[in-house]
Amino acid sequence: MVDRKALATISLLVAGALALFSLLLLAAGKNPLDTYSSLFSSTLGNAYGFGEVFVKLIPLLFTALAVAVPARLGLVNVGGEGQLHLGALLAAAAALACGSATPRWLGIPVTMVAGMAGGALWALVPALLRSWGFLNETISTLLLNYVALRVVDFFVYGPMRDPGSANIPQTMGFAPGYLWPSFTGRVHIGLVFALLALALAALVLNRTRWGYEIRAIGGNPIASHRHGLPLERAIVVVLCAGGALAGLAGTGEIMAIQGRLRPHFSADYGYLGFLVAWLASHRPLRILIMGFLVAVIATGGDSLQLDQGLPSATVNILMALLLFVVLAREGKLAS
Amino acid sequence: MHPDFVQGWLAGAILASTPLFYAALGETLVEKAGLINLGVEGTMLMGASVSFAVASISGSLPLGLAAGMLAGGLFNLLLGPLIVVRGANQLASGLALMFLGQGLSAFYGKAFVGTSIDGLAPLPIPFLSNLPWVGQILFRQDLLVYLMLPCAFAVWFLLSRTAWGLNLRAVGEDRLVAYAAGSNTGLLRHQALFLGGLLAGLAGAHLSLAIAHTWTEGLTAGRGFIAVALVIFAAWRPLRVLPGALLFGGTLALQIQLQARGAQVSPFLLDMLPYLVTLLVLVLLRKSSRGRMPEGLKEVFESSR
Repeated sequence: MVDRKALATISLLVAGALALFSLLLLAAGKNPLDTYSSLFSSTLGNAYGFGEVFVKLIPLLFTALAVAVPARLGLVNVGGEGQLHLGALLAAAAALACGSATPRWLGIPVTMVAGMAGGALWALVPALLRSWGFLNETISTLLLNYVALRVVDFFVYGPMRDPGSANIPQTMGFAPGYLWPSFTGRVHIGLVFALLALALAALVLNRTRWGYEIRAIGGNPIASHRHGLPLERAIVVVLCAGGALAGLAGTGEIMAIQGRLRPHFSADYGYLGFLVAWLASHRPLRILIMGFLVAVIATGGDSLQLDQGLPSATVNILMALLLFVVLAREGKLAS
Repeated sequence: MHPDFVQGWLAGAILASTPLFYAALGETLVEKAGLINLGVEGTMLMGASVSFAVASISGSLPLGLAAGMLAGGLFNLLLGPLIVVRGANQLASGLALMFLGQGLSAFYGKAFVGTSIDGLAPLPIPFLSNLPWVGQILFRQDLLVYLMLPCAFAVWFLLSRTAWGLNLRAVGEDRLVAYAAGSNTGLLRHQALFLGGLLAGLAGAHLSLAIAHTWTEGLTAGRGFIAVALVIFAAWRPLRVLPGALLFGGTLALQIQLQARGAQVSPFLLDMLPYLVTLLVLVLLRKSSRGRMPEGLKEVFESSR
């Protein structure tokens, strides 16, 4: 649980980061108050914006878990973006291949299984390379992100392109049986799935023997090896589980928001999820809080582009500053 | 293959490898100190945007280059308080730096998007540039291309033949022993970060001033990460960085040449090549490289927690 003291420190640090960001805005001749009020009014200040925050929160929860689960074993999965894309690709392929008569009770699980498989398969390569001792997973997951984006481009511009849309590269729209339903506006059933995944991850990691073993191995690989806990298999399991979760993020995006697969449909959700997981010290409950914070900032970033003509990457500054203060605070504790 | 194609490809390979070379050379210095900056991508973006901005405002390319270098050096120093002083997780800190570089360069660089400058022009070397075939490839390049070899030797000399380099490597192998032996380990590591940042800034400056002649958001497109991989490829040896950079530059240039000639290969598949080749080479070279990894880095990589 987040105790009161931790909450106070975090609030103080957030305030510090906001102050520093204000200085940077001032230096560029922008009024920080305008920027903050735009950030606030476009997200928490109206019903539509508030809904959009949740729209962004859904993929972020998945991609943050994709980082947090392998992190329990001491693994750094920076490949959320690629796993998300491959998940979406396989989900789209499944939906397009399985015919249009599929009822919803079957169609949605089909997309979920395909999406998880896509993400897990994309994580399998770095997982095997790491478990065989060939290559550190940080480098391989990062490089594979760039490959994954082009794999999706290749299929969307090529074999999976809707012949009817001459100008826009995209697949055909998915049949209604596969589409994830929405509650209100664009907030969709993925929110329920994400919260369930969060609860399940918390349960497995904190309350089961396996979760305990993972933490033991992660804390001290050599000792765990001597006690016969198989590190190699654990590496593959947690990284593929992470990949599967990121795959669900991509699946939700195309099945609930887009309705078809287009190139560059992800707003850097993989990288933002990495940020959320580290801001939250990989703890499930804090992922919910930090995920919400990052979702607010990211949603606000989009409106900054519209309202103030600032590049949406501007809010990356704010997010990096937040991560800096959290990392600095936890540095000595973690090592 | 057509000889013109090969000539164009090789000349392009050398040009494309230059930013990779400088960034990887800088990262070698950083990693020799037992640190890893995964955020070279961000440092390169800062170098690229600042050098372009300064060059287009002042009209002076040397000033632009110097500003880009300085921006890179200072930007890398931001990691110091985090990973040197506080001992924060280096991989996450590096990625935070990448985010910061993306954001800052996009924010302050926006005013320059869509403008272009003449940029760093090729400097044909008298006589040599007229040599048949080879002249076109090797001796009609820009100044920073010619400086690659001297820079590689300079960094090699710095690391292997000076007291400072010896101390730096000692810090990278075992920080506590170096500290006990009287080294100012914190200062040395900050110096390595700064020097590495100067070179990464120069790498970014070459990208915007000599190759692109313009600035766009996210100009580096993952080259910073290839540079990090290149250091492993080169087994932390400065003199091996150049052949490595040429190999990766060759892959980048091949894709550009093939596309320019309208080859019937999907551009998306060609775009994957540099990243896939990087992965493949890292796996193939794992044995030779791992033995040379500074001991201090193994801590970061093998129980990254």
